[in-house]
Amino acid sequence: MDNFGYLFAAYSAIFAAIFLYVVFIWNRQSRLDDELRALEAKLDTLTVPPQGESGPQSGKSL
Amino acid sequence: MGRKLNNVLGAVTLALMVVALWMIFAWVPTEAEQGIVQRIFYFHVPCAWVAFAAFAIVAVAGVFYLWLGGQIWDDLGYAAAEIGMLFCTLMLLTGSLWAKPIWGTWWTWDSRLTTSFVLWLLYGGYLLMRAMLEESGQVARFAAVVGIVAALDVPVVIVSVRLWRTIHPAVLVTRQGGHGLQDPRMVVTLLVSITAFTLMFAWLLMLRLAILRTRTRLDEIARAIAIAEFRAGRA
Repeated sequence: MDNFGYLFAAYSAIFAAIFLYVVFIWNRQSRLDDELRALEAKLDTLTVPPQGESGPQSGKSL
Repeated sequence: MGRKLNNVLGAVTLALMVVALWMIFAWVPTEAEQGIVQRIFYFHVPCAWVAFAAFAIVAVAGVFYLWLGGQIWDDLGYAAAEIGMLFCTLMLLTGSLWAKPIWGTWWTWDSRLTTSFVLWLLYGGYLLMRAMLEESGQVARFAAVVGIVAALDVPVVIVSVRLWRTIHPAVLVTRQGGHGLQDPRMVVTLLVSITAFTLMFAWLLMLRLAILRTRTRLDEIARAIAIAEFRAGRA
């Protein structure tokens, strides 16, 4: 069991680094997804005309 | 669909990594001269393999970006460089942890180690440049050129143990030809470990590319909102 500490340190470093990188990626993705949903909702409110102002149904009602 | 594929790839990677760990710590025989610390080899070599593959992808993506243009090539190069840097760092770190008990030093300016460190510095510079400069077509073109030039160091790292005198062992392809692994189980373990790391690389690359695609979509929507607000203001 000589040098077990070096072996343990090497494997721990690899798994810790990969785990932290995956957590970092997931956090970044979920933050961007939230931002994307908010912007898509804002775009919908800007581009969809309010009901009754235009479109065939509002034309019929006139 | 893309996220489902990512999850499947992640699960397969995890399963194969567990198999690789079992082989490394329970199946493969202990190396006669170096003892238990030689088991670092089964993760050190795959780290190097992934780093070299990632940097090769950066170079190929750079060539395609300069040739054809297209955001996907720039995204692929950026994502591969980031993951390659992670594994290059792990390669240097695990190598250093292996060197201390075997060579008696954490680091020596040996040809293999020095060229590997130069590779780390080159892609560190690439990522620093991309992080500090605002994304534009000019930055992407410059990054593609830097990515291609930096990748020229990869073959130098590989052949450095043959070109110059070095204390770094040439285990996979010895100076006399053939490999230097004493037991067939060592070869199988190494191959399984390399496969697990390659799948992990593919998984991380897909996750990283998904972020870059989402960012591109965000930019598009932000532009569409600005146009819609401008039109609403004029109406």
